[in-house]
Amino acid sequence: MTTHEPAFDLSSESPGKIALRTLVRDRRSWIASSMLLVVVALTLSAPLYASLISKTDPFVSTINGTVVLDGVEVQVLQQSTEGLKLGVNPIGPTWKIGPYFLGADNQGRDVAARLLYGGTNTLLIGFSAAALTLIVATLVGVIAGYSGRIIDSVISRILDVIWAFPVYLLSISLSVVLLTSGFKWGPLSLEAGSLYLPIFIIGLVYVPYVARPIRGQVLALREREFVKAAIGGGAKNSTIIFREILPNVIPSVLVFIPLMVSLAMLTESALSFLSIGVQPPDASWGTIIKDGLGLLYTRPIVALTPGLFIVVTAVALNLLGDAVRDALDPKARLRGAF
Amino acid sequence: MSQEILRVNNVSRIYETSGGSFGRKNKVSALDGVSFNLVHGETLGIVGESGCGKSTLGRIISRLDTPTSGEIIYKGNDIAKKSLSAMRPLRKEIQFIFQDPYASLNPRRQIGAIIEEPMRIHGMGKDERRARAHELLEKVGLDKNSYEKYPHEFSGGQRQRVVIARALTLKPELIIADEPVSALDVSIQAQVLNLFKELQDEMKLTYIFVAHDLGVVRHISDRIAVMYLGKIVELGSVEEIYNNPQHPYTKALLSANPRIDQSAKSTRQILTGDIPSPLNRPSGCSFHTRCPIAVPECSTREPELRRIGAVDVACNLVV
Repeated sequence: MTTHEPAFDLSSESPGKIALRTLVRDRRSWIASSMLLVVVALTLSAPLYASLISKTDPFVSTINGTVVLDGVEVQVLQQSTEGLKLGVNPIGPTWKIGPYFLGADNQGRDVAARLLYGGTNTLLIGFSAAALTLIVATLVGVIAGYSGRIIDSVISRILDVIWAFPVYLLSISLSVVLLTSGFKWGPLSLEAGSLYLPIFIIGLVYVPYVARPIRGQVLALREREFVKAAIGGGAKNSTIIFREILPNVIPSVLVFIPLMVSLAMLTESALSFLSIGVQPPDASWGTIIKDGLGLLYTRPIVALTPGLFIVVTAVALNLLGDAVRDALDPKARLRGAF
Repeated sequence: MSQEILRVNNVSRIYETSGGSFGRKNKVSALDGVSFNLVHGETLGIVGESGCGKSTLGRIISRLDTPTSGEIIYKGNDIAKKSLSAMRPLRKEIQFIFQDPYASLNPRRQIGAIIEEPMRIHGMGKDERRARAHELLEKVGLDKNSYEKYPHEFSGGQRQRVVIARALTLKPELIIADEPVSALDVSIQAQVLNLFKELQDEMKLTYIFVAHDLGVVRHISDRIAVMYLGKIVELGSVEEIYNNPQHPYTKALLSANPRIDQSAKSTRQILTGDIPSPLNRPSGCSFHTRCPIAVPECSTREPELRRIGAVDVACNLVV
């Protein structure tokens, strides 16, 4: 890739515009965004798919149901014909546009439709939890880094306490407790089994991972001469934070966005796999993998497709994260090369 | 013209470091009983080695730092202990220029916004700010369309001009410049120094000019204070200090200044050893460990800054 400046463009550019131009020129950002766009478009089309193509309600079990395939009426759940002939074998993938494109799960529900609905939930939780993490972490990091002294010590110790627990251990224990009892604190009230609970839990456990680097950056920025110059000009604290510090912190927050969405999404899938994330009959990629676990030998497609979606989305997000980082800090790429 | 604008009285600054064991704090005395005064329209140069406290002194006078003890009387008011908010109205009159023009401009803001910031803080209207910013850009010799550019599009010399323009926005009376040209190329240094001089004549500015480059200080100053380990060891007019230095440290400093004149080389006087740590200040005269003319008495008796001839000197042996 060439990095030559166009000779005719003499207009002045802000650091942000330069980064955006670098990002637009980066092939990785195009690949990643198109992958993400496809996944998002697919998941958003879930209601359409369910009503027009699969023609089944993906949230209702059809254990004794039948379906007409190629003019023949067949049972959705058939008696197993393999091995010891124990248990039931859901209908396999038809690979034809129509009902049971990817087959049925152990409750006779259309896997393809559930996959798309599940994707909506997984992505919604991923994006919302990441947004929550980044907003809280930026706020906390800037306050801690800028105020210093006691406030900084208190905030840092609280973050340390959260950080001391492994992410999954903490989110699992929080989920187990909160999913049964719900969460009530002041005006904030989340009922048990609500979709907001995983968002809240995942958003919270990642706060220290973002807040600490931001705090460090603010600590360094606070000593920079342009901040001292603002103090020398008589600026108030709020002016310094919003005009001098925050514009220099935002790039790091931007770099965190794709990476945090990917992390939050993976955590959600893990929690849902353990039955402590999204609650049935709602679906998420994690719950579908769990559903497919028992069918791994006969109908591996049930567990594999959501896994594939998770991998594709996570790879795309990480690719985008790398591209954003390189665009905002071109030196980082050079550093990585050596 | 000889109206006093600033009087610094016995100012000290002690930094506490948490390096000691069992929470014991080490004390670093960066400034130790510094006193001088400044009249309106003059330029005081402050010179000394790295770590002698000259930058600390500049920051304390502009109240970016608070002295541990002593008085800073600006136009009759002691500003040494004023709080940040009480200092705010005075920031208009006292401006500080930093050493590194690469660090003292926010990389994410346009030059215009940077220059207008102090005016915005002090509540000037938008049109008024814009007009003044354009006027100042012209005054410091920058193109008018610099207004919409970002700091990364400028060279060091141009950036320092922006910094100077920002310092001038509120029509200050006292400007404290902390090595304002040391980060610049020699060819650019002269330009920026001349700019400082022109602005002084035009706007009746008073300067405190901190530098380690004796040539720079000589060019711009009326009086010079030589500092060593947090103290002023000699204070006098430029002519006296350069032509007839009294303190052995001043003599050594001046002889270290490179000259084109080859015959001067023979008088080069080299100081041995490093500047002592301010953590562990030598007893008596703090210069006695490196002084070429020290006598045993120097390690016990601390010299006071006193008037000798035309200059103030802090040395036991100069009479």
